[in-house]
Amino acid sequence: MAEAALRAPRAGAAAAPLLAVNNLEAWYGESHVLHGITFDVAPGEVVTLLGRNGAGKTTTLRSIIGIMGKRTGSVTFDGAETIRMPSRSIARLGVGYVPEERGIFASLSVYENLTLPPIVKPGGLSVDQIYELFPNLRERSGSQGTKLSGGEQQMLAIGRILRTGAKLLLLDEPTEGLAPVIVQQIGRTIERLKGEGFTIILVEQNFRFAQTVANRHYVVEQGKVVDMIPNEVLDQNIDKLHRYLGV
Amino acid sequence: MITIFGVPSAALFGQLLLGLINGSFYAILSLGLAVIFGLLNIINFTHGALYMMGAFVAWMLLNYLGIGYWWALLLAPLAVGFVGMLIERNYIAPLSFTNQRQSFVLIGASALGFLLLFYGLRIGPTAAFAGAAAIGVAAASVYAWKRPSQTSTVHVDHLYGLLLTFGLALIIQGLFRNEYGVSGLPYSIPSQLSGGQQIRIFDAPIMFMPNYRGWVIVASLVVCMATWFIIEKTKLGAYLRAATENPTLVGAFGVNVPLMITLTYGFGVALAAFAGVLAAPIYSVNPNMGADLIIVVFAVVVIGGMGSILGSIITGFALGLVEGLTKVFYPEASSTVIFVIMVLVLLVKPAGLFGRAS
Ligand SMILES: Nc1ncnc2c1ncn2[C@@H]1O[C@H](COP(=O)(O)OP(=O)(O)OP(=O)(O)O)[C@@H](O)[C@H]1O
Ligand SMILES: [Mg+2]
Repeated sequence: MAEAALRAPRAGAAAAPLLAVNNLEAWYGESHVLHGITFDVAPGEVVTLLGRNGAGKTTTLRSIIGIMGKRTGSVTFDGAETIRMPSRSIARLGVGYVPEERGIFASLSVYENLTLPPIVKPGGLSVDQIYELFPNLRERSGSQGTKLSGGEQQMLAIGRILRTGAKLLLLDEPTEGLAPVIVQQIGRTIERLKGEGFTIILVEQNFRFAQTVANRHYVVEQGKVVDMIPNEVLDQNIDKLHRYLGV
Repeated sequence: MITIFGVPSAALFGQLLLGLINGSFYAILSLGLAVIFGLLNIINFTHGALYMMGAFVAWMLLNYLGIGYWWALLLAPLAVGFVGMLIERNYIAPLSFTNQRQSFVLIGASALGFLLLFYGLRIGPTAAFAGAAAIGVAAASVYAWKRPSQTSTVHVDHLYGLLLTFGLALIIQGLFRNEYGVSGLPYSIPSQLSGGQQIRIFDAPIMFMPNYRGWVIVASLVVCMATWFIIEKTKLGAYLRAATENPTLVGAFGVNVPLMITLTYGFGVALAAFAGVLAAPIYSVNPNMGADLIIVVFAVVVIGGMGSILGSIITGFALGLVEGLTKVFYPEASSTVIFVIMVLVLLVKPAGLFGRAS
């Protein structure tokens, strides 16, 4: 027991994965967009999904949280098969989702947005701790959610799932369209969450940013995971990565 | 006698009072429609029939069980709210299921139930039909509990819900007409609220105010404001508002949105039933009472703006008053004034006075 608790969170593939995705396929109506995604994430790890626009990164996160109409294959979280579960049951296992479009509710105040997601597991942050992480939110707590700036909305979208006790966070392009100082603030937050033992899947276009926080990088191309690059060797693989991303 | 603009004050205030009473019913009914429309995206045509059912439940409680007005005010909304929840689970929700297995169970069990009750046990036609519907709903509910259906993520057009609930409304009305006729059943004012007050200003009599009518206005205002408060100011309301905006995301946070939808529909129709009980002593209890009212209420909803909570309350009361004033000053238009306003509002601000254009 004690030994397991002392094991470093980034023991990587050696530890039993917290999330294992196997041969995941998903459809939007008739259009088949994921063609067998396979990857896993160890407890306490931060992994990124990199890939071009339309590669299927968002769809992968949507499939993990269970909001795709049709999905097949296998997604196990904490040992439980979730592929047939409705999204609310998956969330209740301890998965927190931050959508690409942020999903801030216009008819709710900042405080109401922050406290909306129900607590699913013990050990989440308190509202005060979230305000310490993102002081802007405390000042604006009475404002309408969508009156916040883009960066503040992103902080709110991340902050509100930290309260719930979720252990796995799915962050879809949290830095998209934000000023460099805000990107740095979000980077520091992710570092801190990693330090506190959260497991994070980060979808990113900006791999320079991804490099500062991640343990491993998965490359998604046309609905498949085509490569995995450990962060230590990212620099050696930069040309390959440029080819994958088409930059 | 005091006159105002050439109209005797008693007539003017009498019509204003009547307008306020009608406005109370418009407000409660359009509020329920707004709550349902917000979350379910359905224009609930059964609303009038369930308002009527509320009045009938009050009448039945009194005449079959000896249970009086005050208990009826609580029990009828609970009973009708429960019926509403069954309607939502078994008729409305399947519109957006990915397959219709549950509906086949509903139809099959209803048909078998009808054969058994009508031809087997020789129960009367209306009772056999109602019993068969109950058997179908029970079977489909058990099936849904054992094998829940998946809700499709594709949004269903409003039109299907509207047509479905319209059909259900006509069926419910038809059943009550068969059983109770159309002449109307009396329901008396509770003894605590009989009589009335002469209202005076500086000792001059202005109008006579029956106690029961005063109670209807106060009770409607309280219920409307309480509903507004719950939706706009509480945690429960925050879930409702959030799910109205983005049900998928609220579900992805771990909230049971289908259950919320069922409870919301139940609550919306319970409001209609509450209005039905309030109305029972004023208008007689009649199977057509809902059909007559609901057309006006839909106009109120359009004027206020689909789905706006405060808008539906304000518009409901205001249009009742406008109607009352029209009766005094331009009686020829009194039954059409609301529809004239509806047309004008649609021309100028199609989303309604309080609606947000989408
Ligand atoms: N709602 C939808 N209906 C139909 N097809 C969709 C829908 N959303 C996305 N797609 C398609 O699915 C594929 C994968 O999209 P997805 O959003 O997962 O890509 P992504 O990797 O997140 O891209 P981006 O970097 O632009 O966010 C794309 O081809 C896209 O056109
Ligand atoms: Mg995306």
